[in-house]
Amino acid sequence: MRAYTFTQPRSVREAVAHAGEGAAFLAGGTTLVDLMKLDVMAPTRVVDINRLPLRGIKLDPDGLHIGALERMSDVAVDRNVRRDYPMIAQALELSASAQLRNMASIGGNLLQRTRCGYFRDVTTPCNKREPGSGCSALTRINRTHAILGTSDDCVATHPSDLAVALVALGTDVHLATAQGTRTVPLDTFYALPGSTPHVENVLRPGELVTGITVPRSMWAANSVYLKIRDRQSYEFALASAAVAFEWRGRTIKQARIAVGGVGTTPWPLPAVERALAGQPATADTFEAAVSTAADGARPLSQNAFKRELLRRTLVRAFTVLAESR
Amino acid sequence: MNPSENADDSRPGVSRRSVLGGGAAVAVAVPLLVTGAGAEAAPVAEVASADLVPIKVEVNGKPVSVRVDPRTTLLDTLREELELTGTKKGCDRGQCGACTVHVDGRRVLSCLTLAATVDEREVTTIEGLARGDRLHPMQQAFIERDGLQCGFCTPGQIMSAVGMVHEGHANSDDEIRERMSGNICRCSCYPFIVDAIRDAQKVMR
Repeated sequence: MRAYTFTQPRSVREAVAHAGEGAAFLAGGTTLVDLMKLDVMAPTRVVDINRLPLRGIKLDPDGLHIGALERMSDVAVDRNVRRDYPMIAQALELSASAQLRNMASIGGNLLQRTRCGYFRDVTTPCNKREPGSGCSALTRINRTHAILGTSDDCVATHPSDLAVALVALGTDVHLATAQGTRTVPLDTFYALPGSTPHVENVLRPGELVTGITVPRSMWAANSVYLKIRDRQSYEFALASAAVAFEWRGRTIKQARIAVGGVGTTPWPLPAVERALAGQPATADTFEAAVSTAADGARPLSQNAFKRELLRRTLVRAFTVLAESR
Repeated sequence: MNPSENADDSRPGVSRRSVLGGGAAVAVAVPLLVTGAGAEAAPVAEVASADLVPIKVEVNGKPVSVRVDPRTTLLDTLREELELTGTKKGCDRGQCGACTVHVDGRRVLSCLTLAATVDEREVTTIEGLARGDRLHPMQQAFIERDGLQCGFCTPGQIMSAVGMVHEGHANSDDEIRERMSGNICRCSCYPFIVDAIRDAQKVMR
């Protein structure tokens, strides 16, 4: 591991004063420590933010507020989260392992780096890790890579389950720098790779995620997170679906949908949401609605199966929700 | 697994552990840099990698003070500095679970935990489970159910299993399998591990 300076500030003000180009914030460490060992990340300064007061899981009339340093396992067992935002608890419990969930923070989860094997292997070209070096996955092993939002420079899949659920639920992310604070909707927080895959989000140098707010809604309590993967547990998604319905009788009044495991960012599906709105919850409705789900997909040599897998994952998620009503 | 793992104490000449131990002793005199940080803020110690961070940790009930390189993991500190080699280094990448310990009662991966971040916290390793000669019920159950072959993953399995029972999630075989999925057993003793945990959680309750 490369040398770095190390600080342990006790306030957000101190933390952002220590941050900037070349600095990395350390929370749970499950991404940063791993990638520093692999020499994929080599910050010159590590700012341990675990002493900052960015805690708390609170439900109020505006919605659910979660401090950035809350751990995944603690959010997953929160009574209000499980009752009013079940897909968040499910996405968390289907992520990683119990030990990692005890360590990893909510803020860090939103910023976790791709699991693309070439990104993690410094002996191979990767535009995300080393801009301009080329993309190894385009022509080599790419079965688990993205089919949506890709570019000629990067096809890396976004790894987070939680972010998929939070995008579906219209979550806001709260940010802080030495210059002040701002709030960004999560669905505009992530950047498509384009020709700059090393730029993954709208964070400015030294900007810190301080928390999130998930709004109250008529659909969050009727929600599910379904994850399909090679193993039953402790594996990243090949495809996943975060789905929430607002019901009117047996009709879907409106739907909120985002998918994971298939995109370079958590991927909302507004066309599928529109196709479900006002429709009865039947198999025919579901099949028709998912017909456009993989529109725009650019499959690689090994992952064309993800188009159909995505549609089937969505239909199963819809069916689970309809049956649990 | 490092093939020299079991030979640590018997190797002739200079061992990796004695080199690291000597390095730490020499570096004790290195002073900490202190910089001003923010108008209202109290100064925050800024430590370069060449410098060591002093930490006070309670390890298996005993207070311990050590100085660590800010890059050092809790795993390496336990094994190399404190000579608690029960905690194993498997993948060293957060993927296998062999290094599982408890920090403030929660099961975590010591290979992805920087030692500098456990200042003022309580660490429990496999060496801290037994009460004198009386094994912890989970240790006893792993023996009785034959929940191991080579044994390399076993300390991590047992620490993880104890953590899971405390979390209240060992209520069915399916739940045990799901919540233990972060602990890999290359000998594939999984059925006997599930048996052992099912037995132990009844005693622990």
